[in-house]
Amino acid sequence: MLVKPILDEALCNGCGLCVDVCRCGALVLVKKIIKIIEAEDCGYCTQCELVCPTGAIQCPFEIVIEETIEIGPEE
Amino acid sequence: MAIEVALLKSIPYFLGLSTAELEAIRKYVFEQAVGKNDMILMEGDPANAVYFVVSGAVKVFKTSVEGKEQILCILRPGESFNDVAVFDGGPNPASAIAMTPVLLYGINRANVETILRDYPNLAANVIRILSKKVRHFVSLVEDLSFRHVTDRLAKLLLEYATDHGTVAGEPGARPRLTQQEMAAVVGTAREVVGRSLKALEEEGAIRMDRHRIVIVNKKRLEQMSGVGAGSG
Repeated sequence: MLVKPILDEALCNGCGLCVDVCRCGALVLVKKIIKIIEAEDCGYCTQCELVCPTGAIQCPFEIVIEETIEIGPEE
Repeated sequence: MAIEVALLKSIPYFLGLSTAELEAIRKYVFEQAVGKNDMILMEGDPANAVYFVVSGAVKVFKTSVEGKEQILCILRPGESFNDVAVFDGGPNPASAIAMTPVLLYGINRANVETILRDYPNLAANVIRILSKKVRHFVSLVEDLSFRHVTDRLAKLLLEYATDHGTVAGEPGARPRLTQQEMAAVVGTAREVVGRSLKALEEEGAIRMDRHRIVIVNKKRLEQMSGVGAGSG
């Protein structure tokens, strides 16, 4: 399942800034509370988190190490 | 659309002014609607007005000659920008872009002087607002000039990935951190974390993969964070 921004509806003040900043239309206000729709379009740009004045949106990142073949710095 | 006194009242600049005073000030205020992603101000251009965000969000930023962006602040309803240029007579110190559709109220420089002369009580509000901005920028200067934020962020990413034994592609509980949390841990502003992540990506140390920060060059991160510095 696609990871989506995490919404805390209790913190949402219904200002709609996140809806306006969203590039893919994944966020909507339903009765002045933020909801995610069509989340498969969400590119996780984190702009919604950036503009949210109440901290109602969180875009946490997993931090992982890529398994790669070690290449020496020089021959 | 007419300038609304009720909206003026919600702007900290006009705190404490009576409805009658705001009615009188209203004639100096103009309205400007800006489309999403439209530039509002360009750094270096002559400053004509101070602006107040009525609705929407505005990003104030500077751009280096290499095209790197540093966000100075994100402004939301009630907040002002370009005040410094209007008060000191210099050009716009930074650029401003509408992150969303934005409605602005503005007051031209000459009219700002008139209003301050006629309503000296407003000066205390202006001093308070400018002081808050100075405090914000002093903090940002500290972050940008004295601290090696990118290096500390490199250390944080390494620690998080290593401590939890996460490897891309492997299932399991993985720690997740917001950029705000990263900022809190390394002692900087969220705006600086965004830029530092970009810097690490450009260095080829990490790859931003949607909701994942993938460490692609662990050695480079170790060098930056001072881990294993004695090795070579």
